[in-house]
Amino acid sequence: MSPAAFARSPCGGIAVRIGEAEALLRATGALWLAAARTLVVADLHFEKGSAYAARGQMLPPYDTGETLRRLAAEVEALQPAAIVFLGDSFHDGEGEARMATGYAEALVALSRGRSLVWVVGNHDADGPSDLPGEVVDDVRLEGLTLRHEPRVGPQAGEAAGHLHPCARVTGPGRTVRRPCFVTDGQRIVLPAFGAYAGGLNVRDRAFATLFAAPPLAIALGPRHAQPIGWRRLVGD
Amino acid sequence: MDGAQAQTELPAPFDAWFAERGWRPRAHQLAMLDEATAGRDAMLIAPTGGGKTLAGFLPSLIELATRPRPNTPPGIHTLYISPLKALAVDIERNLMAPIAEMGLSIKAESRTGDTGMARRQRQRVKPPDILLTTPEQLALFCAWEGARLYFEDLACVIVDEVHSIWPSKRGDLLALDLARLQQFAPKMRRVGLSATVDDPAVIQRWMARTAGAEVDLVLGAAGAPPVVDMLLSEGQVPWAGHTAHHAMAEVYEVIKRARIALVFVNTRFQAEFAFQELWRLNEDSLPIALHHGSLAAEQRRKVEAAMARGTLRAVVCTSTLDLGVDWGDVDLVIQLASPKGASRMVQRIGRANHRLDEPSHALFVPANRFEMLECQAAREAIAENALDSEPERTGALDVLAQHIMGLACSEPFDLVSLYDELRTAGPYRDLSWEDYEQVVDFVSTGGYALKTYDRFRRIVRGLDGLWRVRNEETALRHRMNVGAIVSPAMLSVRISSGRRSSPGRKIGEVEEGYLEVLEVGDTFVFAGQVWRLMGVTGTDVLVTSAAGEDAKMPSWGGSKFALSTFLARRVRQLMSDGDHWRVLPDDVREWLEIQRDRSAIPAQDEMLLETFPRGQRHFMVAYPFEGRLAHTTLAMLLTRRLERLGVGPLGFVCNDYALVVWSIKPMDGLDFADLFAEDMLGDDLEAWFAESSMMKAAFKACALISGLIERRFRQDQKSGRQISFSTDLVYDVLRRHQPDHLLLKAARADAAKGMVDVARLGQLLTRIKGRIRHSPLEHLSPFSVPMILEIGKQRSPGSAGEMILAEAAETLIAEATA
Repeated sequence: MSPAAFARSPCGGIAVRIGEAEALLRATGALWLAAARTLVVADLHFEKGSAYAARGQMLPPYDTGETLRRLAAEVEALQPAAIVFLGDSFHDGEGEARMATGYAEALVALSRGRSLVWVVGNHDADGPSDLPGEVVDDVRLEGLTLRHEPRVGPQAGEAAGHLHPCARVTGPGRTVRRPCFVTDGQRIVLPAFGAYAGGLNVRDRAFATLFAAPPLAIALGPRHAQPIGWRRLVGD
Repeated sequence: MDGAQAQTELPAPFDAWFAERGWRPRAHQLAMLDEATAGRDAMLIAPTGGGKTLAGFLPSLIELATRPRPNTPPGIHTLYISPLKALAVDIERNLMAPIAEMGLSIKAESRTGDTGMARRQRQRVKPPDILLTTPEQLALFCAWEGARLYFEDLACVIVDEVHSIWPSKRGDLLALDLARLQQFAPKMRRVGLSATVDDPAVIQRWMARTAGAEVDLVLGAAGAPPVVDMLLSEGQVPWAGHTAHHAMAEVYEVIKRARIALVFVNTRFQAEFAFQELWRLNEDSLPIALHHGSLAAEQRRKVEAAMARGTLRAVVCTSTLDLGVDWGDVDLVIQLASPKGASRMVQRIGRANHRLDEPSHALFVPANRFEMLECQAAREAIAENALDSEPERTGALDVLAQHIMGLACSEPFDLVSLYDELRTAGPYRDLSWEDYEQVVDFVSTGGYALKTYDRFRRIVRGLDGLWRVRNEETALRHRMNVGAIVSPAMLSVRISSGRRSSPGRKIGEVEEGYLEVLEVGDTFVFAGQVWRLMGVTGTDVLVTSAAGEDAKMPSWGGSKFALSTFLARRVRQLMSDGDHWRVLPDDVREWLEIQRDRSAIPAQDEMLLETFPRGQRHFMVAYPFEGRLAHTTLAMLLTRRLERLGVGPLGFVCNDYALVVWSIKPMDGLDFADLFAEDMLGDDLEAWFAESSMMKAAFKACALISGLIERRFRQDQKSGRQISFSTDLVYDVLRRHQPDHLLLKAARADAAKGMVDVARLGQLLTRIKGRIRHSPLEHLSPFSVPMILEIGKQRSPGSAGEMILAEAAETLIAEATA
C-alpha cells in the first residue's frame, strides 16, 4: 500500500497530509492549503512562447494568457488570501519585460485583496520587479517549507516544484502521460502549472533520491485527479 | 520484340556499345530519345526489367557525349531524383558501367544524406554532369544561396519511381522544387519513370510545367503477365488470425524450391513472427534473413548487401523492400496474409524476375477466410491489369510553408511572382491568394491573430519590396530542418548490462510506441530472437535474452495500409456472386454457403448487419468491407449514438472487412437507417476528432514540416519524446485560442485523409443508404466468428491486486481514448 494516505475530495481533487499540513491537490495542478487560505502554483513559465519566438520558433503566443486563465479560474473557485508562486514563474529574466500590458494588469487585478508571494527559481532568479508581491527564496507555512528546487535526500515537510513531474500509465493497447503531483506523505513535488511547461517522468532518476519509500503519483485530469501507485507507473 | 527502326540516330560509340552486347535499343528507349530531341517533357511507363533507367538517361548521355567543349566549366546537366537513397547510389554504379565502357568523359555522382562532407563541398564547387539525389537533398539545394547559378545549365530532370512519390507530402515538396528549377532553367525537360499505374493522366498533370502543359506518355512493352498462385492449405485455412501460422511449413517448402524468395508481410510483428517460425522449421539451415523498418540501419544494409551478392535464399520483409535496388535473382514473391491493394501487389510482384519475357511468380498465402476472398479478388484484378487509382492531390500547406522559407533562405522573393511560380506546381495549381498570404504570414510570424511577434519575424520585407530571411542564423536553422518525412522518435534496443553507466550492446531501433503494449517482464520477439523487456531509460530499451521461451504475441493485426477501395469493391463483388464461388477452395465455399443459409450474403452494394445475443452480451456486426480506418471511425461514432440511445455499448473491434459492437441491451429493434444516417459526419465527428490522439499526431507532423517546431538542433539535442510532448501542449493551447489557425486546418485535413478516412466513410454511408440488410439471429453466424475471435484476443487490463490504483489508471485510459 502506498505510504501516503489520501481521500477524494468532491471538487475532483485529492486530500493528503504532507508532514503536519493538510493539503488539497487540485485536478488543475494547484495545491490548496485551506487552513492558511493559500493557493500554491509551481513553474508557470510565463512568456515561454515569446522566448522561443525571439529565437525564431514561432510558438503560439497564447501560453501566458492560457496560464493566467487557469490561474484566474482557481482564484475564482477558492478565493485565496494568498497566492504563492513556487519559482520559474517566468521562463527567463526578460520575460516580465516581454509580457503584454494586459497580462500584467490581469496579475495586478488578481493581487487585489490578497498577497502574492514570488519564490524565485532557476529561470527567474531575481523574481519580477514591477509586479505586486513579495520576492523570497522560500516560505514557511503550516509547518511546510515552500521552495522551488527540492533538496536532495528525503525531506520532511517540503513542497517544491522545479522537476515538472509526469506520470505515465500503460493500459491495453496504449499509454497515457499526464502531469502529476508526487508525494510520500513527507514531502511533495508539484506539477508545472504553465501551459507550455513540459514534464519529466517520475520514474526518472532525478526523483530517485527524494523519497525513502515508493511515493504516490496524483495525475491531473480534466475533472478529477487520479492517484496512481508506484508500481503502475512506467518510465518513458 | 521492340523494333529499332531509328538505329541510325545513335552516335557511333553508343551504336557500337549496343552491338557489342548483342542488344538493340528498345522502341521506348528510342522514343524517349525523340522526346528529348524535340525538347518535350515525357513520362515513361514500363515494367521492371524493361531498360527503363537507361531509357531515362540515354538522351542525356548522348547530349553530353556529343556536346562541343564548353568555354566555361559547365553546371549540372541532368538531375536524377529517386525516392530512396540506396537507389540513387545504385543507379550511380549502374551508370558508371556504360560511361566507362564507351569511354565517355561524363561525370555522374550521387549525393544523399550519407554523402561525406568533402564530396558535398566538392560537388558544390565543381558540379558533376549528372547528379543523382533524393527529394530532400533537392529541397536543401533550393534553400541554398546561389541555387539559381548552380542550376542555370540544367537540361533535364529525371524523377524515378514517380508513381510512388507524387501522392505524398514528399511529392508536394518535389513538385514545388521542380517549379523552382524551371525558373532557373526555363528549357529544362522533365522526365518521369513510372511503374504501371491505373491512371497515368493524374501523374502527367502532376508532372506538367504549368496547368495545361503537355507531358507525352511513352509506353514500354508490357512484360509477360505475372503468374499468381494461392496457397490453399488443403482445407486448413483458419477462420481468423493474421499470421498465417497454419501455412508456415508449406511456405518453407516453397522457399526450398525457389532460388531466392521475398516474403512480404504487412506489419513488423508479422515479420518477426514469420521469421521465427521459418527458422523453427529450417532443418536445412537455409540462409533466411529479416528486413523491416525497426531494425538498425546497419543490419538492414547487411541484409541488402547479402541479397545483392546472391547469398540469401529468402528475406522476410515489410514495405521497406517494396521499392529498391534490383536483385536479378529473386524468382518468387510470397505475400503472407492480406495483400490490401492491387497496385501494391503488382509493385511487390515486380520485385521478382527482372527479365521481361518471363513471367514473375508470386504466391498469396491468406491467413483467414476473408483474406482468401481478398487474395482471389486481387489475383483476378492483377490478371486483368486492373489497379487501384489515386485521386488528384491538393498540395499540403505545411509543405508550402517549408518551401517558401527555403526560397527566402536562397534569395529574396517578390510576393506576386512567387505566387505565380508556386501555382505552376501540379498540386498547388488551385492555391488561393488568401491561403498563400496566410502561409507567408505563418512563415514570417507564425500567423497568429494576436500580433505580438512582429519584432521576431523570420522573413522580412525590405525597402525594395522583396522578402528575405531575417539573418544567416535563421537560414542555417531552416536548412537543418528541411524535408517532408516525419520519422517517429526512435529508441535503441540494447542488451541490459545491469549497470547504469554502460547501457550495453545495441541490437536495433524501435519506433516509440512499438512496445507500448508490453510491460516490464514481458517477452517479445525482435530481430529474430526472444527478449525480455527489462525497462526503458531515456532513449534506450533494455532487454535480456529470453531464448527458448514463448514470446508474447501482441494481438493486433493492424497494418498501416487499409484494404483499398478498389479491392474492397472486388471482394464484395466476388462474395455477392454465388456462381463465382467455384473458383474458391471447398472449405471457403462451404463457409459462404452456410453463411447464406444461416444468415445472408449481401448483394454487392448492400451492407449486411447481424445482431445476436451471446453470453450476457448483445452483439451487432456490420460488414461494410471499407477498410480498417473507415471502420474504426464508424465504430467510434456508432458507439456515441448507441450511448445516447441508452443501449449501453461496451466496446468494439474492427478489421478491414467488418466491425462489431457489443452492448448491455439488445440492438435488434433499433432503426438502423437512422443509426447509420449520414449526419453522423457532423458534430459527433468533429467532437470526437478534436480530442483524439490522431489529431495530435497529425498536428505534430504538420508542426515539424512547417517549421513551427524544429526537429534538429545544433547543440542542445532534445529527444523526440520531449518534442512530442510539447507539440501536444501547443495543440491544446492553439485549439482553445485560435481554432482556425493554418496548422490546425492542415492537421485536420491530414488526419481526415490518412488516419480516419472520413471521405471513404462518407462514401460508405451514401452507398448503404436504404441498402442495409438486417439479419436478426439467435446465434453467431459463420461471418461473425472471426470478429468474435478478435474480441477474445484483446488484452485485459493489468492485475486486479491494487483495485483502486488500477481503477485510477483505467479512468485515465478511458479519458484519453474517449
